[in-house]
Amino acid sequence: MSPTRSPMAPPRSFLWTRRIFLTLLTGFVLLPVYVMVSSSLKPLADVTGAFRWLPTELTIDPYIDIWSTVPLGRYFVNSLVVAGAATVCSVVIAVFSAYAVSRYSFRGKRVFTVTVLSTQMFPGILFLLPLFLIYVNIGNATGIALFGSRGGLILTYLTFSLPFSIWMLIGYFDSVPRDLDEAATVDGCGPLGALFRVVVPAAVPGIVAVAVYAFMTAWGEVLFASVMTNDTTRTLAVGLQGYSTLNDVYWNQIMAASLVVSVPVVAGFLLLQRYLVAGLTAGAVK
Amino acid sequence: MSPDTAMTATAPAAEAAVRKGPPGAARGRRPGRIRRIGLPYLLLLPALLLELLVHLVPMVIGIVMSFKELTQFHIRDWGSAPWAGLDNYTVSVDFDAPVGKALLHSFLVTIAFTLLSVGLCWLIGTAAAICMQDGFRGRGLLRALFLVPYALPVYAAVITWVFMFQHDNGLVNHVLHDQLGITGKPSFWLIGDNSFAALLTVSVWKGWPFAFLIVMAGLQNIPRELYEAAALDGAGMIQQVRRITLPSLRPVNQVLVLVLFLWTFNDFNTPYVMFGKTAPEAADLVSVHIYQASFVTWNFGTGSAMSVLLLLFLLVVTGVYLALTSRGRRTAP
Repeated sequence: MSPTRSPMAPPRSFLWTRRIFLTLLTGFVLLPVYVMVSSSLKPLADVTGAFRWLPTELTIDPYIDIWSTVPLGRYFVNSLVVAGAATVCSVVIAVFSAYAVSRYSFRGKRVFTVTVLSTQMFPGILFLLPLFLIYVNIGNATGIALFGSRGGLILTYLTFSLPFSIWMLIGYFDSVPRDLDEAATVDGCGPLGALFRVVVPAAVPGIVAVAVYAFMTAWGEVLFASVMTNDTTRTLAVGLQGYSTLNDVYWNQIMAASLVVSVPVVAGFLLLQRYLVAGLTAGAVK
Repeated sequence: MSPDTAMTATAPAAEAAVRKGPPGAARGRRPGRIRRIGLPYLLLLPALLLELLVHLVPMVIGIVMSFKELTQFHIRDWGSAPWAGLDNYTVSVDFDAPVGKALLHSFLVTIAFTLLSVGLCWLIGTAAAICMQDGFRGRGLLRALFLVPYALPVYAAVITWVFMFQHDNGLVNHVLHDQLGITGKPSFWLIGDNSFAALLTVSVWKGWPFAFLIVMAGLQNIPRELYEAAALDGAGMIQQVRRITLPSLRPVNQVLVLVLFLWTFNDFNTPYVMFGKTAPEAADLVSVHIYQASFVTWNFGTGSAMSVLLLLFLLVVTGVYLALTSRGRRTAP
């Protein structure tokens, strides 16, 4: 073996297969992204006739018109409030639960983890209608409007990301040495002091990963949003479909709107994906 | 389990205090112990309450509803709906009558769709992760690009695919018919039999990055020395993948395949955004089918019965799957 090639160097045939496979895959992945971006810059005539790879002229009108064709701004704010609040609550609750499971042994620990994880398995459709009835009844009994309000949606969404978040954080907290929080306890911190001064700072990548996941879950959910919102609380997931029910389908505007609603999550995700990968490596995959 | 917490659960306090070492630790032990026992439950309380409110209680109510004759007349006060016994279930599984027949068809379509989608997602994700195991120029950029379908909000991505699948102004027909001339005339993708292929394409496009992400994370835990040793023994690339990579990934794959299966099987968002409230027969996934049976025909009792059957099926599949894969894992060297 020549000294320049380590025994690990893959053969040439593999390199070529890899090049072709990854190129094709990149094309497949990027095709819709290209359609989204290019169509959002086309005049209406370009998207009503046969598909064109390139716009006849570039225009930013779709990006101006989207805000008036449907109340996109309101949907955007609703989504932001709902997803933001659901994320914060979900992360805080998951941190507490994961700390309890990771650091204490107590009766019912296994039952708790199995129950919480198994809720992931439920078909959403099974509890959609009962949940709707519960929210309506709570509203009638106490005056707390959950049905049709952002609060109800926040409550619902935060439980969607909770099981996976808890599961991932348990693994993450387990990898933080116990000696650290025992040392903190000796220094006079209570258990919660140890959690916030030692464990949480050491598990920041895992917590960021969980937050990204929770935000994406809430930002993208369609089923519950379509039943549990009204005109004023409608989120982007439902609101975006408003364009296609119009008499004329403005595909250039739909693509512009899709791009606008995607930018916050995609940008956030790509910036923080390192943490997500690190979090998965430490937590979920063991 | 730490020795400390194990003792509070089993050994008497005095003995524990002695064994614990520093005599000062025995002081103030009582309140400390009570807090120790109560604290974990207190920490779990919010999660527990929310899961109860949003998942467990509704599930129980859903099961009760499946035994009721619940139509729009009773929806205001659902408790007053008459009991239906097993009627909702017999209607759902009577495969000779239209309702049962449609459900069975939808169920079979969902099975075929799920198996194909999970298989392809896993295959593409694993292949891509293995291809990107060693560093090359642009690897970080490629990894970020590959995660874009996963990061995009479902509705935005699926709406783009809907545009691409349009009959008159979509990209797919433009390429297949106008540019390559493969199809004699432009095809319909969102209605008729083609809708299955369209749905599968979108599902794989959206789902494979998750498999990629998980497998990539799993690959990082395989010690490099294993590959080096195998390479010195003369094992080629394919041998290394078969003998080292795939066996090492088994625990990761066990969870990954199950999660992909459950997500794909229960997926509502993709078919709903693609086809609306009523899906074409060839792509009539069971989640949309039940939604349609409940909210479009206003028959919540039957819809609930169908959901319960779906849940039972998923429970059985998950149980059998875990039993089979775990046993295999234990007997493996």
